[in-house]
Amino acid sequence: MAKKRVVSATINGEVVEFLCEPRQTLLEVLRDTLDMTGTKEGCSNGNCGACTVLLDGRPVVSCLVLAMEADGSEIRTIEGVARGSHLDEVQQAFLEGAALQCGICTPGFIMQTEALLQANPNPTEEEIRFYLAGNLCRCTGYDKIVRAVQAAAQKRLATT
Amino acid sequence: MATADKRPYKVIGTRPVRHDGADKVTGRAKYGGDMRLTGMLYGAMVRSPHAHARIVSIDTSQAEALPGVRAVVTSADMPAQGDRVVELGEGAANMRHLTANILARDKVLYRGHAVAAVAADNVHIAEQAARLVRVEYEVLQPVMNVLDAMRDDAPILNDDVRTESLGAAPQSPDQSRPTNIAKHFLFEKGDVAKGFAEADLVIEHEFDTAMVHQGYIEPHNATALWNTDGRITIWMSTQGSFTARQQTAELLRVPVSSVKVVPMEIGGGFGGKISVYLPPVAALLSRKTGRPVKLQMSRADVFEATGPTPGSHMRLKLGVTRDGRITAGEAWIAFDAGAYPGSPVGMACMCVFACYDVPHGRVEGFDVCVNKPRTNAYRAPGSTHVAFAIETIVDEICEKLGLDPLEFRLKNASREGTRRVDGPVFPRIGMVETVQAIRDSQHYQSPLAGPCRGRGVASGFWFNVGMKSSVTATVNLDGTVSLIEGSTDIGGTRTSIAMQLAETLGIAAEDVNPTVVDTDSIGYTDVTGGSRVTFATGIAAVEAARDIQRQMVQRAALLWDVDPAAVKYDDGRLLGPAGKQFTFKELAAEIHQTGGPIIGSGTSSSATQGGAFGTHCVDVEVDPETGKVQILRYTIAQDAGTAIHPSYVEGQMQGGVVQGIGWALNEEYWYDDRGTMRNATYLDYRLPTCYDVPMIETMIVEVPDPQHPYGVRGVGEVPICPPPAAIANAIYHAVGVRMRRLPMSPPNLLSEILQRFQD
Repeated sequence: MAKKRVVSATINGEVVEFLCEPRQTLLEVLRDTLDMTGTKEGCSNGNCGACTVLLDGRPVVSCLVLAMEADGSEIRTIEGVARGSHLDEVQQAFLEGAALQCGICTPGFIMQTEALLQANPNPTEEEIRFYLAGNLCRCTGYDKIVRAVQAAAQKRLATT
Repeated sequence: MATADKRPYKVIGTRPVRHDGADKVTGRAKYGGDMRLTGMLYGAMVRSPHAHARIVSIDTSQAEALPGVRAVVTSADMPAQGDRVVELGEGAANMRHLTANILARDKVLYRGHAVAAVAADNVHIAEQAARLVRVEYEVLQPVMNVLDAMRDDAPILNDDVRTESLGAAPQSPDQSRPTNIAKHFLFEKGDVAKGFAEADLVIEHEFDTAMVHQGYIEPHNATALWNTDGRITIWMSTQGSFTARQQTAELLRVPVSSVKVVPMEIGGGFGGKISVYLPPVAALLSRKTGRPVKLQMSRADVFEATGPTPGSHMRLKLGVTRDGRITAGEAWIAFDAGAYPGSPVGMACMCVFACYDVPHGRVEGFDVCVNKPRTNAYRAPGSTHVAFAIETIVDEICEKLGLDPLEFRLKNASREGTRRVDGPVFPRIGMVETVQAIRDSQHYQSPLAGPCRGRGVASGFWFNVGMKSSVTATVNLDGTVSLIEGSTDIGGTRTSIAMQLAETLGIAAEDVNPTVVDTDSIGYTDVTGGSRVTFATGIAAVEAARDIQRQMVQRAALLWDVDPAAVKYDDGRLLGPAGKQFTFKELAAEIHQTGGPIIGSGTSSSATQGGAFGTHCVDVEVDPETGKVQILRYTIAQDAGTAIHPSYVEGQMQGGVVQGIGWALNEEYWYDDRGTMRNATYLDYRLPTCYDVPMIETMIVEVPDPQHPYGVRGVGEVPICPPPAAIANAIYHAVGVRMRRLPMSPPNLLSEILQRFQD
């Protein structure tokens, strides 16, 4: 077992230092070391997207990122989406649009949607479906998720 | 669309934000995998690399010597079960088979079969130690196909299995030697020979479907603490905390009262999270170490070692008159049960002709062991298989006779009073109404143009169950109500239960706070399955609300100094003589001065459901070069009885359809000849993504079920049944190829297309 190293990253706006082994993924450190269990584990091989976080603004599956690679980076997780006690437009749209059933994929979908709307504030249905194709949901059939993304985009456009 | 005499409701039919929503969009909700306890150890399983082998020896010494390893267990640590059959709340189970599935005893029967488990300081050490457990195997020939396994010379999986016959078996099976055929079902109605003699057209085909998985995104998990006082606590994701408790207690041979199951949030189940796999193992590891132990499956473990739904081989025959009246039906259905008996083939037998009034019928079913994981429930278990067979034959008949497929269904549809081939007579059901809804839909009425495009329709049936539920509800001084229930919430049922309590009390849905609690904190409640929660736990909630009404009436009577008979509870208000009146909130503020807390309780145990039907319409485009099928448009009409929360009813319909699309077009367990699953990852198994499907248009038909106070019918399961057949029919109308094998994946469809052009 290789020695642990100190990694420093900005997570949801706060500088965080943690110890990790070289073999530990960012997902494992977020969940097990930092107790940020909002980021979910579905497959641990990059197939399902449940563990999506934003790494320097880019959506990544945190199960395929080594924690040490995150040194010096800026990370945003589901815990950092709401502004204080106010849900953001995407979270609100998922709630109002019943876009979740079991909810295990929801944090990953919300993070991927945040990245989408950052890159493309007014996406078409086709663009939404393409961008979210790496996130699996087994409950909803995606209909209400796509509609929630459309609603969140419209709400943001109307308020900015 | 609403039908008939619908009463006006204030809460039912509205779309409030779900009560657990904020936790689930912020990451605060705690799922089973999120469990952390002080001093907790992490476990890993040792699994068989062979599909069929005898265990010669297990050597755990190297694993135990690894620093950081705290305990290793094998089947030797599991109590002996003998030949017990136990009712476990999801049907009876042979405990010898169940315990051997948890940790293999003398044989492994599928790749991924658990043989040992390790607990260590972290998951990496546990996994390393698992690789150090030396298991010596004597490898045996596996049998992977249901027809192969039925042959006399097939390798036998279980030495203790003899064929059990249900129904009037034509000849009694040989009981002297072991077999893979665990059960033989036979259902008969009328005179089949006479029925086929009356037919002008008889169509008969054979069908094959592949084993598929429920595919929930959250892997199985369990955290157990075996305390020094002998009490065991399990934190886990489960569809049914009470059946998980009972299975765990029976497997460990401890009293059921010494086990407490705490149901965490659950990341999907669809039938696959009813059986326990990890809790007894985690409990044994905890007893050995004196510390809490957490086990979680990898995605490959979930595919290889949980309970998918069977592959099948079916032969189906249907006779009709020239004017399109069904005269007789005959079905022969064999399901691969996996390693141990227990496939849903019996239910498949009951579903196969259920959409139609079949005057003469005969259905035979076989439950067959093969070297695959022990199968389990998956959304309307057994019904999707047979819907694929019957609904494609119906389409072929309609084409040959020049009949509209929906008019044919209307002519032959099951109605109130129709007797099923397996015996029961239908109460009020909505099969006809779902067909009419599709017939009159904008989708079915619209033209479909373009090369290689086709439209298909299909119907489906599922029983839905009642079973047992408990609810307690406490009135708070501010006029809100705290609702306690035992039904784990997989798709918004906290809210659909709370809404029924709110409707009955005449208060707002937001004024009810529902909580799902552990097995020590609520009365017995059966699984979240069988499309039963909104129906049966709903009935319990309505009963609890009526109990509160009675107590509130007494309190008002006390305050007004009148006879309780003179007080009426009406839509959230208490009305007394001479215009006296309290709102619910006003009286709630007085309860401490009038006798103390008000707690209502309700149970449901005897109510049964009338059954659910759906009819679907799909447009596809087939790429004749590759065999790829694109879904262009999809509409589902389903009888929901009364839709409590329409958004979550639509969600069940849409989710079921897309699972059915996956089953139809992509999903399958892909085995090599050594019995190794070659696609045990999401990427290779290929669930539908959002890029594969269009919006799913929904039509909620409401034919209230008189067995529920608000007319609810369960909606969760039946939407998965019609899609494979509807898509197969659409493919035929697009490219002229009748698919009788699932999945209709590009290679499978392309080979049929090429065959057709050769012929």
